Amino acid sequence: MDDLKAKYLSQIAEASDEAVLEDIRLAAVGKKGEVSLKMRELGRMTAEERQVAGPALNALKAEINSALAAKKAGLADAALDARLRSEWLDVTLPTRPDRHGTIHPISQVTEEVTAIFADMGFSVAEGPRIDTDWYNFDALNIPGHHPARAEMDTFYMHRAEGDDRPPHVLRTHTSPVQIRSMEATGAPMRIICPGGVYRADYDQTHTPMFHQVEGLAIGKDISMANLKWVLEEFVKSYFEVDGVDLRFRASHFPFTEPSAEVDIRCSWEGGTLKVGEGDDWLEILGSGMVHPKVLLAGGIDPEQWQGFAFGMGIDRIAMLKYGIPDLRAFFDSDLRWLRHYGFAALDVPTLHGGLSR
Amino acid sequence: MKFTLSWLKQHLDTTASVDEITYALTDLGLEVEGVEDRGAKLADFTIGKVVSAEKHPDADRLRVCQVNTDEGMKQIICGAPNAREGITVVVAKPGVYVPGIDTTIGVGKIRGIESFGMMASEREMELSEEHDGIIELPSGEVGDRFVDWLAENDPAKVDPVIEIAITPNRPDALGVRGIARDLAARGVGKLKPASQPSLEGAFPCPITVSIDDDTLGQCPVFFGRLIRGVTNGPSPQWLQDRLRAIGLRPISFLVDVTNYFTVDCNRPLHVFDADKVAGNTLRVHRAKGGETLVGLDEKEYTFSSDMTLISDADGVESIGGVMGGLRSGCTEETVNVFVEAAYFDPVRTAYTGRALRINSDARYRFERGIDPAFTPVGLDLACEMIVEHAGGEVSSRVQAGAVPDTTRAYRLNAARVQSLVGMDIPESEQRQTLTALGFRLDGDMAHVPSWRPDVMGEADLVEEVARVASLTKLVGKPLPRVTSGVPKPVMTPMQRRQQAARRTAAALGYNECVTYSFIDQASAALFGGGDDATKLENPISSDMSHMRPALLPGLLQAAARNQARGFMDMALFEVGPAFHGGEPGEEHLLVSGLLVGRTGPKDVHGASRPVDVYDVKADAEAVLAAMGAPAKVQILRGASDWWHPGRHGMICLGPKKVLGIYGELHPRVLDAMDIKGPAMAFTLWPQEVPLPRKAGANRGALAISDLQAVERDFAFVVDADVEALTLVNAASGADKALIEDVRVFDEFIGGSLGEGKKSLAITVRLQPRDTTLKDADIEAVAQKVIDKVTKATGGSLRG
Repeated sequence: MDDLKAKYLSQIAEASDEAVLEDIRLAAVGKKGEVSLKMRELGRMTAEERQVAGPALNALKAEINSALAAKKAGLADAALDARLRSEWLDVTLPTRPDRHGTIHPISQVTEEVTAIFADMGFSVAEGPRIDTDWYNFDALNIPGHHPARAEMDTFYMHRAEGDDRPPHVLRTHTSPVQIRSMEATGAPMRIICPGGVYRADYDQTHTPMFHQVEGLAIGKDISMANLKWVLEEFVKSYFEVDGVDLRFRASHFPFTEPSAEVDIRCSWEGGTLKVGEGDDWLEILGSGMVHPKVLLAGGIDPEQWQGFAFGMGIDRIAMLKYGIPDLRAFFDSDLRWLRHYGFAALDVPTLHGGLSR
Repeated sequence: MKFTLSWLKQHLDTTASVDEITYALTDLGLEVEGVEDRGAKLADFTIGKVVSAEKHPDADRLRVCQVNTDEGMKQIICGAPNAREGITVVVAKPGVYVPGIDTTIGVGKIRGIESFGMMASEREMELSEEHDGIIELPSGEVGDRFVDWLAENDPAKVDPVIEIAITPNRPDALGVRGIARDLAARGVGKLKPASQPSLEGAFPCPITVSIDDDTLGQCPVFFGRLIRGVTNGPSPQWLQDRLRAIGLRPISFLVDVTNYFTVDCNRPLHVFDADKVAGNTLRVHRAKGGETLVGLDEKEYTFSSDMTLISDADGVESIGGVMGGLRSGCTEETVNVFVEAAYFDPVRTAYTGRALRINSDARYRFERGIDPAFTPVGLDLACEMIVEHAGGEVSSRVQAGAVPDTTRAYRLNAARVQSLVGMDIPESEQRQTLTALGFRLDGDMAHVPSWRPDVMGEADLVEEVARVASLTKLVGKPLPRVTSGVPKPVMTPMQRRQQAARRTAAALGYNECVTYSFIDQASAALFGGGDDATKLENPISSDMSHMRPALLPGLLQAAARNQARGFMDMALFEVGPAFHGGEPGEEHLLVSGLLVGRTGPKDVHGASRPVDVYDVKADAEAVLAAMGAPAKVQILRGASDWWHPGRHGMICLGPKKVLGIYGELHPRVLDAMDIKGPAMAFTLWPQEVPLPRKAGANRGALAISDLQAVERDFAFVVDADVEALTLVNAASGADKALIEDVRVFDEFIGGSLGEGKKSLAITVRLQPRDTTLKDADIEAVAQKVIDKVTKATGGSLRG
């Protein structure tokens, strides 16, 4: 019996594949296998002999079966390993091409600005791009002869023969939305009005369309000091710096009184703008206390209400924050530019997550 | 507006430095645009004295000079012919930069002899073109700075020139005196008393002046004096220096005087050659229309009715407030001069100047508003100056009309500065500021000076006080929140919808563009626009002549530009307004996407393929879904003719409610816009997407069944023009309770089916809710599906 065991165990160990292994199994423990035949002989044995031979044969059968199973598993593993070895792929090959979309800086910065002012209670107002000259000029205390009107390089809409109304204009600023919003909601109010505006000017630093955001806050006791605080908070938040110096310079806009141009402290090093440090001043916006005539034009009693307004260029603050050199490229849709300066779809600016990555 | 420091000091008694003055100007609202300090580059030149000058042993023209300087005796080799013992010179020692020769002086050897500096000529210091020899000063102490000597003896040479920007509300600051007044109010010096003319006319003015009654509104007053026997010629040096310093060319004394008073006190004047004034009469009147005049700029102008003209007996002589005429202008030969000072209405002057396209100094000032009360004073000051330098005899003053009354007063409410600006300025200081600016305070009423047409209310008083006090000192004060606690969201549903559309399109791989709102007529016409209603009256170029009727033409132009740069495949989108008319509000928001070329570059996996309609359909559906559009829609055809007639769909809620269109663009449009390769697009109308009916965030309960769903496939043979959606809708309607989903998974056209036929295969998913489906139930539903589909499509189950 030991011979039998040695024979089959060595055959099993040497089996090269599953077919050979099956042959061995049949030869050893199959119905007519050598071990099975021996087991049939048990019936002819004496009880004493059977007492010895029976367990031994069973043990032999179990041992062979176990060796067969182990070998089978070993062969399967080896076969899998061999297959996997043949299944080598060049994983450095590129993937299927995927398009990466982007958000235009104007949209992104508009959302940033909105997030900041929303926190200070400003809602977003909108108005038409084509507007009457009353909303764009007269209501903002810019009468027909005012030099500012000529200086604005206004685009006028064509007037049909016989239509004697003054020509409509492409809004030269977002300020007409102030008037429309005052008419719509009355005081008190806090709004920002982002959007496209138009001036007939095209050169290195001017495009015939650009984007502004207007801010307006009207209340009982809103002062220029509040304006300064709001702008300080805005600039800090927008440029993502801890502190910033703002300089208010007296100036003149027909729609505000007093008026101030606002500079931020900055430095230019190697063409890079750093806000909040350095000895340079950069003009970023115009502002002031809303002129009583403008309040009146919007149907608000200047004896009861007062407030501030400001306006700045969205494209301009986008250029400053993100180091974009040329305004004209904003509207050229050059794919290389869109991909370089654009923002990922999921980069939604929030105050809790941060405005920029 | 340019002026020099010494000119300013003629009106302002100050010791402030240029830096202090420019800082104050900018802070006051008179923004400094530039300072040209010609003395700065001469700061290191000092005065020396030549003690001896010997001929250079090896050069006939060179002299070896011993020069006494602030650093003791220096040996300097000099080639100037006038280098000689005893003269006072200007020395540039080693290390000094000499601007005229763009060199920094070093110690050198000239023909073997050491030289420790240089003696400078005027040209070498850029003082003049003079270079015949080195400067010989008539005075000066050894060691003194040369700039100090110049400031003392020839100040014009080192007079700093300051240029400031003047906002339209400050005509008074268009005169040096007005600027001085602002600075004095700020405390940068003291305003000197104004010159008071004391002119007595020696004879009656032979020229009579008149203003037509209907013209008094646009020219309320006109003054003049005649000076006879003047000698015109070049102006005195100081006047020439001043005009040159601010960029004006001296012409002749009589003309220069008018320029001087224009800048000095914002008082434009006009000088007529009195001998050329026909009929000794000047009449101010409205143009009838059609009159012409050759102006001082030698251009001919034709007038339209109501412009303000000044005519003599022969015709038009001058355009009131804008420009004088060439014929009666003063020349070198003028001996009798008539000096005019008038007040022209700003509005009329602006319209006239704009219509005639004349941008003269006079127009610039009159349209902003000069000081009417100063009119006769300015005239007399000018006449005094003319007589003083050019001789002659002055007539009495003629006058037509009357100086317009500008008197007005506003209440100074001291608390208003605190409430409006947020600065605490004592009332006494407020009153002092206003007084310094020329306001007259009578109790709490502030009477506005005649030179401040901009001050029209209480708020203007606040502005004056605040700007003089300096807004730089303003300290920010928190703006209280509207409501306490967490701020509420502020965006409207439409604003959120725009943002969702934008972010979704970007996530789908589209690059957002912002293109101009105006476009060329031809491109606009391709997309249903380009009519006169959307035409610009004054486009910046013919490429931007009409408001865009859609976003696609701009995106297609962008695509063409990119293709011209070698980028053939792209996905672009834009969210923005398009214009269907020229009235306010005749605009609508659109979202458009454009796919051009292939899905990507050729790749190892063979994934790249030309873009097709189903790409843009998927993207349009995704963006619509992000904007909250319902999933169940109709797909109709028959959109505008810039779409491929057979390859587009309108996503609709009913035949008139179009949410969006997707499809292939018409080849003719692509050809016209120079696009290569297939181009697919979608346009969505966010404002058409219905707002959700229910309020609140609740999603409703989720109803799911634990019973197993069953899927069955069917294939139908239908006519080739039967649309899949018809089939799907029919199948879905077979048992609304049981059928959860119907999907098309195969389309097979022609082949064994025969011409004009196709097979559409669908999977129908049945989801039981109450009991497990038995074969008989499934068979029953299957039969209903077959019946419904064959009825709706006229097709049959594929055998």
